[in-house]
Amino acid sequence: MVEKNQILQVIYDAIDEVNAPLPETRRLEKSPETVLFGQGGQLDSLGLVNLVVITEENVEDAFDVPINIADQRAMSQKNSPFRTVDTLADYIVMLLDENL
Amino acid sequence: MLITGTRKGIGKYLVEYYTAKGYQVVGCSRGTVDYQLENYRHFCADVADEPTIKQMFAAVRKEYGRLDVLLNNAGIASMNHVLLTPLQTVHNILNTNVVGTFLLCREAAKLMRRRGYGRIVNFATVATPLKLEGEAVYAASKAAVVSLTEVLARELAEFGITVNAVGPTPVQTDLIRSVPQEKMDSLIARQAIRRLGEFRDISNVTDFFIRPDSDFVTGQVLYLGGVS
Repeated sequence: MVEKNQILQVIYDAIDEVNAPLPETRRLEKSPETVLFGQGGQLDSLGLVNLVVITEENVEDAFDVPINIADQRAMSQKNSPFRTVDTLADYIVMLLDENL
Repeated sequence: MLITGTRKGIGKYLVEYYTAKGYQVVGCSRGTVDYQLENYRHFCADVADEPTIKQMFAAVRKEYGRLDVLLNNAGIASMNHVLLTPLQTVHNILNTNVVGTFLLCREAAKLMRRRGYGRIVNFATVATPLKLEGEAVYAASKAAVVSLTEVLARELAEFGITVNAVGPTPVQTDLIRSVPQEKMDSLIARQAIRRLGEFRDISNVTDFFIRPDSDFVTGQVLYLGGVS
């Protein structure tokens, strides 16, 4: 069973990387409530692509299992897992529980 | 460098060619290969099988930490009149040629993105612009590869990744073994330069596309033999 806190840390590490080239005013906050995409979201589409790809790599490094976060289920869910850091973490926990 | 479809034919040639040039080459095909080369690592993987391809890329990332070049060579063809083409053949061709090309491009780009550098070369065919009778599904699948190439070139440009395609004429490989000689002769007659392609014709184009200096060349399809 994967701990959600572990996944939140993995996402925060990805946020650090995404934030690195950004001016301070545009940086994402490392919090579960941070809205990533959609209304009030702080990332443009390229920013979301980068965050998801880096998070995927970080998950792979931490758990030694390749996953595909942007899978069919993620894309077809009514409530997008890419909405906030928290929903993204929940989705990754679910993917890992299925794959580990 | 990663090359798909390396068991035989053009793929095997490209492995030999680029390992000889000093590249560290990773390759894949559905089965094992009957050769061993220094600087070559083989994976048994169907290019359309997502979990296997993800595992291959995970291994590449872990072992080498980067990928500079992808040559999307894996492809299958089937020469059949449309009225005699089984649906399963259509699925097989689209899976390998289109889904496989897409999947490899996607995973390669994820890995290339990190360094802001990458060269992807997809494999088209002259069968598409020649509108070759008997190759409807193959030509259509490669037309999709051309579209993928053109759109991905735009989507991946901001990551420093170029995406181009080479469109070979028939080369003496297993892919054309079943094609009747008169069909082959009439096809070659439609080329500006009337001869079978050679492996070196293909590596000449891939060499150009993958050069670091070709960073302003993307979304291009280069057909061999003067076909357009």
